[in-house]
Amino acid sequence: MPDFTLRVNGSEKKVSVSPETPLLWVLRDTLDLPGTKFGCGAGFCGACTVHLEGEAVRSCSTPVSQVAGKNITTIEGLGANGLHVLQQAWIAEEVPQCGYCQTGQIMTAAALLAKTPKPSDEQITQAMNGNLCRCGTYERIRKAIHRAATGGAR
Amino acid sequence: MSPLSRREFVAAGVAAGAGLVVGFYLPHEGRISKEGFSPNAYLRITPNNKITIVVARSEMGQGVRTALPMILAEELEADWKQIEIEQAGASTLFGDQTTGGSASVRTTWDPMRKAGAAAREMLISAAALTWGVPRSSCTAQSGSIVHAASNRRLSYGELSAKAATLPIPSDVTLKQAKDYKIVGQRLARVDTPAKVKGEAGFGIDFRMPGMKYAVLSRCPTIGGKVTSFDDKESKKNSGVSYVGKISDAAVAVVANSVWGAMEGRRVLNVSWDDGPNKDLNTASVMDSLKQAAAKKGASLYAVGDVMKAKGRRISAEYQLPFMAHAPMEPGNCTASYSTTGCELWAPTQVPQDCRDSVAQAVGLDPDQVKVNVTLMGGGFGRRLEHDYAVEAALVSKAIGGPVKVIWTREDDMRFSTYRPASLHQLSAVLDGSGWPLAFTHRIIAPSISGQKGQPVPGGVDPDLPDEAAFVYGLENVSIESVIAETPVPLGWMRSVYALQAGFASESFIDELAAAAGKDPLEYRLHMLAKDRDIQYFTTTWHTARMRGVLQLAAEKAGWKNPLPAGRFRGIACFGCFSSYMAEVVEISMENDTPRVHRVVAAVDCGQVVNPSILEQQIPGGIVYALSNALRAKITIEKGRVVQGNFDDYAPLRMEETPIVEVYAVPSTESPTGIGEPSVPPLAPALCNAIYAATKKRIRALPILS
Repeated sequence: MPDFTLRVNGSEKKVSVSPETPLLWVLRDTLDLPGTKFGCGAGFCGACTVHLEGEAVRSCSTPVSQVAGKNITTIEGLGANGLHVLQQAWIAEEVPQCGYCQTGQIMTAAALLAKTPKPSDEQITQAMNGNLCRCGTYERIRKAIHRAATGGAR
Repeated sequence: MSPLSRREFVAAGVAAGAGLVVGFYLPHEGRISKEGFSPNAYLRITPNNKITIVVARSEMGQGVRTALPMILAEELEADWKQIEIEQAGASTLFGDQTTGGSASVRTTWDPMRKAGAAAREMLISAAALTWGVPRSSCTAQSGSIVHAASNRRLSYGELSAKAATLPIPSDVTLKQAKDYKIVGQRLARVDTPAKVKGEAGFGIDFRMPGMKYAVLSRCPTIGGKVTSFDDKESKKNSGVSYVGKISDAAVAVVANSVWGAMEGRRVLNVSWDDGPNKDLNTASVMDSLKQAAAKKGASLYAVGDVMKAKGRRISAEYQLPFMAHAPMEPGNCTASYSTTGCELWAPTQVPQDCRDSVAQAVGLDPDQVKVNVTLMGGGFGRRLEHDYAVEAALVSKAIGGPVKVIWTREDDMRFSTYRPASLHQLSAVLDGSGWPLAFTHRIIAPSISGQKGQPVPGGVDPDLPDEAAFVYGLENVSIESVIAETPVPLGWMRSVYALQAGFASESFIDELAAAAGKDPLEYRLHMLAKDRDIQYFTTTWHTARMRGVLQLAAEKAGWKNPLPAGRFRGIACFGCFSSYMAEVVEISMENDTPRVHRVVAAVDCGQVVNPSILEQQIPGGIVYALSNALRAKITIEKGRVVQGNFDDYAPLRMEETPIVEVYAVPSTESPTGIGEPSVPPLAPALCNAIYAATKKRIRALPILS
């Protein structure tokens, strides 16, 4: 098993796994970061979304060999000091029902806001459309993103 | 005064130093009800002033960990901020713990209130004795008993030890709705912060030392079996520690990681005996429904004589496909077996079924099996099954250590239990003005419970009494159920038969209104014009309450106002799980495809326990129902399920999601279901809107097939 050095949530982690192992399973099983979720294993649902050098990527479809040495952020590392503004907005808007997809939703939304601090409805739809939610929380997700974008107000 | 029988309070007692413990009964005629009445939950107040409410139902997103404790805390006159929530595992103390049938609030409303009230009265007595004052001079306020005359106050914690020595009151006065401080409030859900931080413990997140991971190779043909397997390639995969047959139809691959197990399975070579269903396909299933339609059915509801009505007869057939629940968290369970016991960590709606079936599968007594209930990443009925738990226990036994079994998305899609496909024969007789004189609906579908070997009393699937009421006051009505047979595994999926029954009957009523040249809202209101009580099995439905939700939805949707060019509306109403629901769907047509812009939903579910949770559940059901209506379809070819992932079984995404407005009829009636009732009216309201736009009647789902 080759070793890979990953930079996860600001700290270096050495893992010894086969090169094609999806980043998702390295995060969950090897590094004990279960906030990143397994939903479809094929990039259709977005539950496994993390940031790779600031970009939202599907960790279920990203082999660990491709991310060695790169900066990876998971939901556990999103709020460097307490809750990220999106997490606060998610609480304020009572977005989650079952909550399973929400960490992936928040990671996708965070990547959107980093580039587009005040997204339009269309930009939100475009960014968030790859993330499935079977509880149907989409409109609350939209409201929470707007809330976060406007500094917590609605 | 509300009588409180001793039988409801068998478990009051004191553990040394533990303060006051009150147990109570839960009446629940659940889908998989096996146990009678027994204590369901506990209130625990300790001397350090900690109040713990144990929730014996499973949280799958519907807010049960918040709503149930609110009901008890209301009568207790507790300070909500003081309450701690504890999730119960499977127990013999809790009555039927099945979480389903939109039943958690409606069946625990009375026992939860009585338990809180009894505890409150005991705390008042304890304070009165402590101070030597009359009980009537003491009041319960926000977690304390107060004696206003002397300005004295003792917390529930301080009173707990004394209260625990007192007799349980034989009757208690329950609060009036106007005095509610907690019930009816928009209290924040207790589970939200952990869910946005990634700290919520779903089943798939559970870990324990020494735990292995397993995936199973299951026979892809329904009813088929393993003939033999060759694990040479699998075992070349580093980390694969075990490959073995764990049932007639499945081979388990165990590894040090999920990925290792998946890779091991990918190269596993299994020979299958396809068994009796190798030629089964969707067309043959639908043919078998048509053949079954010739059988005489069981009457679900009959008034008057539908055969005697004379006038213009209109008939139509509707049909619906198999559908899959597809919750976001795929099936999984962790088990740790030893010869003396087995412990499970299960995302399950049926902890007691997990316990009993695991005990049987691994040769233990049920009391040797401990089931811990985790959060669920959606349930929608899929986790009313317990196949995942049995698999985990069998694999753990086979390897002699703890293991987590994980299903992939494809496993979930192809080895699920499916909403039954169904056929509906409807006919009506209209008078000279076009108003209906008689209405007949024959529901031809396989029985979910029947297929599982559970009782089907009188030839009626036990779910139909909650899900196929006809809440219109016509003189001649016949609703009939014909049970068909299918080898396709069946399960209870959100709103169960109400989706099929509601789609067929509310679409057909729109057909009747169109044939009569009348407005679909006016047509329905005409059938609801007289106040009538309609007895359907054990539920008494009221036409006035259905009229109420129809009028509310229509008013809020602006039914009487003209729409902008290119916009069209449809309306439907349905009653199920004792709640009344009406929806107005507003669409435009884009390249022959409907685009839903707005759904206005009105519900009468009695007393709303938490409006914020209601406003999650109703739109949630509507989005789920829109997914079902537009695209959900499981098909069978050569005995195998065709669909595999979210590409060919594609749920709604943000771009297709309409604005949903929710209005609740103010009510202090006992609460009824909210998890499922918003599902059935959506598809007919949508198809009725499509008819308004195109004059094309959609009589089979999904719409985009």
